Amino acid sequence: MAPASDVALTVKDLKTFIYTNNRCNKAVNGVSFSIRRGRTLCVVGESGCGKSVTAASIMQLLPTLSRIEAGEITYHSDRGDIRIDLLPRNGRKMRAIRGQDIAMIFQDPMTALNPVYTIGFQIMEMLRYHTRLGWRARYRKAVELLRSMGIPLPEQRVDEYPHMYSGGMRQRAMIAMAMSCNPKLLIADEPTTALDVTIQAQIFDLMETLKREHGTAVMLITHDMGVVAELADEVAVMYMGSIVEAGTVDEVLRTPRHPYTRALLESIPILGRGKAQEIHAIPGQTPNPYKRPPGCQFADRCRYRIARCETMPEETQLSGTHRVMCWRHADEEVHLDAAE
Amino acid sequence: MTATLPGPGTRTTARPRTRHDRQFDRIRAREEAGTFKAPVQGRFFSKFRSNKLAMIGLVVFSVIVLASICAPLLTTHDPQQINLRAMLQPPSADHWFGTDRTGRDVFARVLYGGQVSILVGLGSALMATIIGVLIGIYTAYVGGWVDALAMRISEILMAFPQIILVLMLVAILGQSLSNLVLIFTLTGWGGIYRMARARMLSLREEDYVQALRAFGLAPALIAYKHILPNALGPIMVNTTLSTAAFILQEAGLSFLGLGVPLSTPTWGNILNVAQDLRVLENNWWLWLPVGIVISLFVLSVNLIGDGLRDATDPSQQG
Amino acid sequence: MPQNDLVDDQEGRVTALAAARQAVPAPEEPILELKDVKIHFAVTAGVFKRVVGHVRAVDGIDLQVRRGEVLGLVGESGCGKTTLGKGILQLVNITNGSVTYRGNGETVDLAELDSKALTPFRKRLQIVFQDPYSSLNPAFTIFGSLEDPLKKYGVTTRAERRRVIGDLLEAVNMSRDAMDRYPHEFSGGQRQRIGIARALCVEPELIVCDEAVSALDVSIQAQVLQLLMELKRDKNLTYIFITHDLSVTEYLCDRIAVMYLGKIVELCDAEDLYANALHPYTEALLSAIPVADLDKQTERIVLEGDVPSPVDPPSGCRFHPRCRHARDICRQAEPPLKRYEIDGRDHYAACHLIEREAAD
Repeated sequence: MAPASDVALTVKDLKTFIYTNNRCNKAVNGVSFSIRRGRTLCVVGESGCGKSVTAASIMQLLPTLSRIEAGEITYHSDRGDIRIDLLPRNGRKMRAIRGQDIAMIFQDPMTALNPVYTIGFQIMEMLRYHTRLGWRARYRKAVELLRSMGIPLPEQRVDEYPHMYSGGMRQRAMIAMAMSCNPKLLIADEPTTALDVTIQAQIFDLMETLKREHGTAVMLITHDMGVVAELADEVAVMYMGSIVEAGTVDEVLRTPRHPYTRALLESIPILGRGKAQEIHAIPGQTPNPYKRPPGCQFADRCRYRIARCETMPEETQLSGTHRVMCWRHADEEVHLDAAE
Repeated sequence: MTATLPGPGTRTTARPRTRHDRQFDRIRAREEAGTFKAPVQGRFFSKFRSNKLAMIGLVVFSVIVLASICAPLLTTHDPQQINLRAMLQPPSADHWFGTDRTGRDVFARVLYGGQVSILVGLGSALMATIIGVLIGIYTAYVGGWVDALAMRISEILMAFPQIILVLMLVAILGQSLSNLVLIFTLTGWGGIYRMARARMLSLREEDYVQALRAFGLAPALIAYKHILPNALGPIMVNTTLSTAAFILQEAGLSFLGLGVPLSTPTWGNILNVAQDLRVLENNWWLWLPVGIVISLFVLSVNLIGDGLRDATDPSQQG
Repeated sequence: MPQNDLVDDQEGRVTALAAARQAVPAPEEPILELKDVKIHFAVTAGVFKRVVGHVRAVDGIDLQVRRGEVLGLVGESGCGKTTLGKGILQLVNITNGSVTYRGNGETVDLAELDSKALTPFRKRLQIVFQDPYSSLNPAFTIFGSLEDPLKKYGVTTRAERRRVIGDLLEAVNMSRDAMDRYPHEFSGGQRQRIGIARALCVEPELIVCDEAVSALDVSIQAQVLQLLMELKRDKNLTYIFITHDLSVTEYLCDRIAVMYLGKIVELCDAEDLYANALHPYTEALLSAIPVADLDKQTERIVLEGDVPSPVDPPSGCRFHPRCRHARDICRQAEPPLKRYEIDGRDHYAACHLIEREAAD
């Protein structure tokens, strides 16, 4: 296990429920993980699995009609541990943590930037709030940040408005803003889903550099297994509000122990394998969040379902890092079948 | 039930309970017991019904409309009956709102006047909506010069000072109820037309419209049958709100003596007497009750309109 | 081809076309043939809508679609692939060029027909859209949405229409009674199946799938891909599969055309694209795609900058500002789409440098 000082954030048994239309959706239902400095944790799952709600819980940016029900979110700062879940949502302490300690970038950089202010102004606002730099120093820092994000002609670009930037440059500007106060943790919620692959490659390069140079912990939320394979150090696979499998990228991708992880990997075509590859669709669809199965959430779609799956499986630690939520994780029959 | 919930009790000590917390606890308890209320009606109705102001508006609106329709049942007085022996009487048990300068019962006149005023308001709004929607939906879908032409016409009509247009039309066509509706329709369709057009311009790019086009269906069929139902929500709201505006305009024009002929009781015509300063000072019952009724009615219609807008707005969760 | 510094764009293209024509001994007449298709949109400014430029969304495409194949059309956003798909169906006006359809013994240029004359061909070509949420009319039941097209194409009685729609829904693995429900009752994957059923309702020969699986969750995506393949087998369909996802294209398609800024830069058999990409853009695109296989991690070729504006595309080769191999000739002359032969299979690419390399 890594030394405690290495860990930037610990989430323990987090439950976040969403209350809209007079119903209760258990969007995140008992999730635990930790993120280490200089490492990337990829949270992967399909829409509605709770990955974005988890991120919003950490940032306390949840919609009004939702609540953290239970669990602990602990941020290990240099000043000591801070229980984020106990802070008032929009209190001074929480606002100080946002941006300065934990920063977030979003899927759509166009809506995440304010169209009526220049990019430079928006970066400088961040610096004004979180640092004591003067105007001149902030301006220089903004130019410097844009330059380090690989934006051409930063002296000129700093005074331009978001609509004058292309999609890829906007996302860089967002990252520049996020990185302006050297956060310990960067949460990226599908940062490249709206971008083209060649631009995505640029952004990934940038994120790798940041992680290496600043030792930032990165929590990357994605639905793309390809992104996981490229960027992740650790992986958490989410399905219907639970982490069904987690571990290092090697453990999860090479020896997946949860049927859902494996089904996910088998359902995507892989570039370079051509027409001969077989892909297997996962039958059925994700259950209605208001009509969840009583036990394992994946049971209805699972090939290896047994009677015991009617109860919620316990989390089993397979190695120091690898854990899985499946009753049949050790069943040879299941895994031999997969090896064929 | 709450005993089985481990979470909420313990954590509220650390964070102040917000006004939502109790509601959340209730919903969660219900969800876990499996006794949540499945919404019987659609979201639209439940949202509208939970909007208190809109419901008050609906009640006030219904009371006034019903009272106007059932006028003969509510009063035995004839609104046109001149009674020179009972001029300018203050409110009494016989004449609830008193009598006017020719001894006509004001309560009866407000009730019967309501019939005309509401008819003018609703009628004009409906006519304006029909014309505006018919033109807007089609021209926006087809585009090109047809669209440009319709746009220019509506701009000209909207740029023209309405009062001058009304004066002109009254001079040409004369004063009558139907002329008033015609005038309001003519001057009022532009707003709804523009709204329908704007809605159409965004809806026509939707994929299902493209799919219908890929089948080669006729533009009118696609525009009116397939797209119009999706544009109706905001248009309905707009119609409601313009009903209120038209009632106010009718009152305004009648007050100036340009609306419905003075012999017919309408809310505006009743107010007309308040042009006299002596009436304004001495005979409050001639203008205050009818003024209140107009305000209440317009307010209620606006409340309903706002309620409809909130209920049809998908971005607002509830 | 004359190698002087300023090769006329027109001439260059004609040469390439000529090469393409003599080279392909078409075993069968293509179902669809595009010749020099251009789709430009006017950019207007000011009160009087003065035309200040043109968005050259599609700028000279020559392409043949063979009967029964799956042709992939890949490229990044703004490369014109979706516009081209809509142009084939005449959902946008084609500025220049011809879209020749061959079928049932007829040969017609769809671009020349007016909307009335186009009607009989509407049922031969259909489209499936990307966004399963906007592709179904929320105000109608599934039956209500699908009824009018059937009515137009001669299914006159209501009972008959209900039967046809029921059959179609079963063909896309849904239950018959889905037809009386509203779109909001279905999940994304189900809506996409309904979208496919709608395209099938007039029994088309060719379906343009515009990012048909891109908006779906991965587990659902595979279901829809398999459905599309089954339908193709059963109904003998031809697909033009438009997508930005090269992994899906490679799995699904017979041939792949890579587009960049309104032009085709490379066209070849699917298996050749990954193994023998000729164009530097294709190489970069392939290397940029994250692959969910830890043993297959390759070095990313990170392209500089962004896709230039299609209003004012770069001179010469449109890819040259981002190309790491760019030479002088790339800036000056537009490379034609030329035919090469790799292992006896045709392979088209538009790059000056391929020949140089071959010559060196």
